[in-house]
Amino acid sequence: MPTRRRAFLILLGLSLLALLSIGLALMAGSLKVPPGEVLAALLGQAGGSGDIVLQLRLPRALAGFACGGLLALAGALMQVLLRNPLADPYVLGISGGAGVGAMFGMLLGLSVFGIDSLAFAGAFAAMLLVFGLAHGDGSWTQTRLLLTGVIVAAGCGALVALMLTIADEHKLRGMLFWLMGDLGQSGQWWPALLTLAVALLCAMPFARELNLLARGLLQAQALGVSVGRLRYAIYLLASLATAASVTTAGSIGFVGLIVPHLVRLATGNDQRVLLPATVLAGGSLLVLADTLARTLIAPQQLPVGVLTALIGVPVFLFLLSRQPR
Amino acid sequence: MSLLEARQLRVDIGGQTIVDHLDLSIAPGECVAILGRNGAGKSTLLSTLAGLRPPTAGTVSFAGQDAGTMPPRQAALNRAWLGQFQSDPFGSTVLETALTGRHPHLGRWAWETKRDAELARSALQAVGLAPMESRPVHTLSGGERQRLAIATLLTQAAPLYLLDEPLAHLDLNHQMAVLELFAGAARDCGAGVIMVLHDPALAHRFCDRALLVFGDGRTENATVDGILTAKTLSELYGYALRQIDDGGQRCFIPE
Repeated sequence: MPTRRRAFLILLGLSLLALLSIGLALMAGSLKVPPGEVLAALLGQAGGSGDIVLQLRLPRALAGFACGGLLALAGALMQVLLRNPLADPYVLGISGGAGVGAMFGMLLGLSVFGIDSLAFAGAFAAMLLVFGLAHGDGSWTQTRLLLTGVIVAAGCGALVALMLTIADEHKLRGMLFWLMGDLGQSGQWWPALLTLAVALLCAMPFARELNLLARGLLQAQALGVSVGRLRYAIYLLASLATAASVTTAGSIGFVGLIVPHLVRLATGNDQRVLLPATVLAGGSLLVLADTLARTLIAPQQLPVGVLTALIGVPVFLFLLSRQPR
Repeated sequence: MSLLEARQLRVDIGGQTIVDHLDLSIAPGECVAILGRNGAGKSTLLSTLAGLRPPTAGTVSFAGQDAGTMPPRQAALNRAWLGQFQSDPFGSTVLETALTGRHPHLGRWAWETKRDAELARSALQAVGLAPMESRPVHTLSGGERQRLAIATLLTQAAPLYLLDEPLAHLDLNHQMAVLELFAGAARDCGAGVIMVLHDPALAHRFCDRALLVFGDGRTENATVDGILTAKTLSELYGYALRQIDDGGQRCFIPE
């Protein structure tokens, strides 16, 4: 029986986890900052390590939280839209399009802003392409959408591989880090965080309708859901969320697939709880993974996407093997 | 006022006309059976009558209002529709599934109340699933899932029920229970019922009228006594049937 009280307790617990993960990210690193100094820096008192906390670690932690939340939210929405538990934010080729844009930008040697703009343009182009092709005959069933997305993603993968082959030696490292997902080269943190807030606010009023949509299009329509409009809206929302995340930090894998599943196992499949809970859990997970990526073999930094995949693959295989309960 | 009215309805599927010039009206308390061969278009007709599929020509209206322009939520308050397939790729509990029937009654930000839960529980009771309310749906058998879908429909509490093969997967005991449930809803609560059935004897016993769908655009619609005879049914199914009368009941035996 779904109740508001239960939802509140779950979200309260996850909010604490989010605060804790960001706190940890601010303290940990090559220079360890004690909790007192972190607090002092956040409250605006100038101190020895205040600059490191405010100028370096806080923007990176916020960008990480935003990207993790965006990917998890997009994953949860895609899984409902495609009615497929194995769907993730990248399955419809959005990250592929962004990858082509970003690689092209790097190949031309553009600034961070130029690369981000091209990445977003690529993601947007992939979104329109997949939608246009899948929607061609007006049906855009889940299967058609999924197949179109997979094909477009494969095409983008080939283009990316082509650009990697012809790229100069000294550009390769940056390109590879982008492809694996890396918060170290993210430009601004606020566009992603703003997109996250807007996307969640747009999705929440439709949460109960999404519960019905997951059970089938006709069933949902018979129970009073404007299925057509709702599907357009989720597709757009999930695509923009993915594009915002990929533009900020490259294609970080597995967060969008794993987090909705973890939250679903823990709290059930009520989207009214699931959507905000995946945002908090996804954000926290990515911040923790990024903190690990910075500190594991410091001063060498790992791309965070490698860590999320290394954590994600065994967790996902475990979940998959225990699926038929 | 009739719960449902179809005027000059034409339904096409895959370029083929399966129903043409159909006039049908369902008054409160009426129970109508739809009979026809596999692929004759019974389900397509039913979903068109439910307003889930636009007709090629003609109109469908619920309580005097055009179903084509009615917002989905208002339509859900006017009719409940039982499909042939239930799927649940993400899993949920029996009670949560039954509670989805309350969706059209709840505001955008509202959560299910104690009263909604009571309605869902009494619907589960009516189909004999009360002890299973916290079971995950994917552990149910085919018949239990079908009964859960029926409970969800009862939770929706609409005045008109459109049932596509409500007896699918059910054993004899539950077939009779489900038919008595809906015949009772029509008789005692003034509900309208349209159901796709495959057994003309059960249609004769529980329904007031029958609509025969021949699959080539022709339909026939009359009281069960008048239309459910060996002659018309033999033509409908393309197989010779013999009629046996026993008291007020009829049964049909393939020759």
